[in-house]
Amino acid sequence: MSVNLDRVSLVHPNGHRALAGVSLKVDAGECVAVIGPSGAGKTSLLRVIATALRPSGGVVQTLGVDPWALDRRALRRLRARIGMVHQAPPIPLRQRVVTAVLGGRLGSWPLWKSLASLAYPADIDGARAMLGRMEIADKLFERCDRLSGGQLQRVGVARVLYQQPDLLLTDEPVSAVDPALSDRVIGELSREAQARGVTLIASLHAVDLALHWFPRIVGVRAGEIAFDLPPDQVSDDMLRELYASESAVVPTQMGEKNSALALRRKPLCS
Amino acid sequence: MARDPAALPRFVLTALIVVLLIPGFKLTEFEPGVLFDTRNRETIGRFLGTFFPLALSADFLQLVIKSTIETLAIATAGMALALAIAAPLSLLVTRSLSISRIGPGPGLWSGRVLRTPVRLALMLCRSVPEIVWALLFVRAVGLGPTAGVLAIGITYGGMLGKVYAEIFESGDTRPTVALLESGSGHLPAFLYGMLPVALPEIVSYSVYRWECAIRASVIMGFVGAGGLGMQMELSMRMLSGGEVSTMLLVFLLLVMLADGISAALRRVIE
Repeated sequence: MSVNLDRVSLVHPNGHRALAGVSLKVDAGECVAVIGPSGAGKTSLLRVIATALRPSGGVVQTLGVDPWALDRRALRRLRARIGMVHQAPPIPLRQRVVTAVLGGRLGSWPLWKSLASLAYPADIDGARAMLGRMEIADKLFERCDRLSGGQLQRVGVARVLYQQPDLLLTDEPVSAVDPALSDRVIGELSREAQARGVTLIASLHAVDLALHWFPRIVGVRAGEIAFDLPPDQVSDDMLRELYASESAVVPTQMGEKNSALALRRKPLCS
Repeated sequence: MARDPAALPRFVLTALIVVLLIPGFKLTEFEPGVLFDTRNRETIGRFLGTFFPLALSADFLQLVIKSTIETLAIATAGMALALAIAAPLSLLVTRSLSISRIGPGPGLWSGRVLRTPVRLALMLCRSVPEIVWALLFVRAVGLGPTAGVLAIGITYGGMLGKVYAEIFESGDTRPTVALLESGSGHLPAFLYGMLPVALPEIVSYSVYRWECAIRASVIMGFVGAGGLGMQMELSMRMLSGGEVSTMLLVFLLLVMLADGISAALRRVIE
């Protein structure tokens, strides 16, 4: 079992209850989409799995181990196997794209290599390959502040692809990317997970992307799991109820009043 | 009608600051009106008159240039020593590079135990005024520039260390934390995540401190640590106002040079 949350609850220091008794099991190699309205707890859920946040209650197991029972060295090694794509890419704007992408392997490179790579990038071809998959190979030596929001998000995804983690977590990775390209990026992530047999858990705002690319949909609402089903069993009523607090319309990439019936459900990732 | 919740705390804080300042003025018997008293104006006028004409003989100018170079050398060597002290210590003291704060995870208390004595050491270095350090070192290593370099190195090392650590904490820490969460070590996370973000502030503050170091080395020249200050002390003792004003003019040019260097460096970094 790759990821196992057993009645995990999380209360932030300001008192806000982000997760309330969440139980979730994900096997190695599975692709799971997490959907839900803003503030539902999707980001907190991913961050608890990523060992960035410690649950206030319950037990979390990431890649088969309880991260908070490990010593420092083991925890660091575990974290090097977890790749997290953040919604707002945590990349210093003054940095160049090549350095930002190569930063993905700092957890596995020896110290001398990380330092030497600052003087001259250690693996330009590797970085270019990842950027090519995100269709921004031409930006290799650009500074990150010259990129648009969507391009910067794709650099963030390229960095995690370069890291080659055993667990891929993505938090709304295409929120700023245009619809056609979003489809390609999610497809690329899904293909990467399948090719290497690694687990992918993606939180998505656009429901149609989730239903199209993932064979398992987890709906999160107010810190709890509302449903955990294959896409063909997710009905329109369930989606409407999930997003009821946010708007009368279920969010899709086009942002139009798409009937849930019209959303494609055939999963390409099995 | 909605009220601004921040208004009352802000008003109280402002009032408190003003109330605390008033006894300060009273205690120091601050009376700017004294400057404009007729007799004092005459005394100031006569004193300023002794500064003209400027002493511009070839021999003297040669002496001034030699002393200026010595002052610059003392300031620069002192800053180099200060950087060598401050760079590693600021990385130890800053909380932004703490891996144990993620979660929080293992090693939280050992981190605090390490940071406190380093903080105290930096405090000790900068709490003794540099001129006192200079007096101490003049006794130990004799008259001359070495005492000045050591005094500046220690005091400014303490100052730079504290301010660098705080710059690292106040900047955008998300890139650094993201790298630490993906298993990076402290130093690579700093170089890839923190330094690109903090560099303009670090450079600006360091060049300003170099300018202060030039000033400090002139002051320490008065107690025998070499450079322009020692020459100024000699000229003042011989009551040659013209020589002093020449040296002050040179000093003004030095400060303008430092300002120009700071601006140029900031442009280069941008």
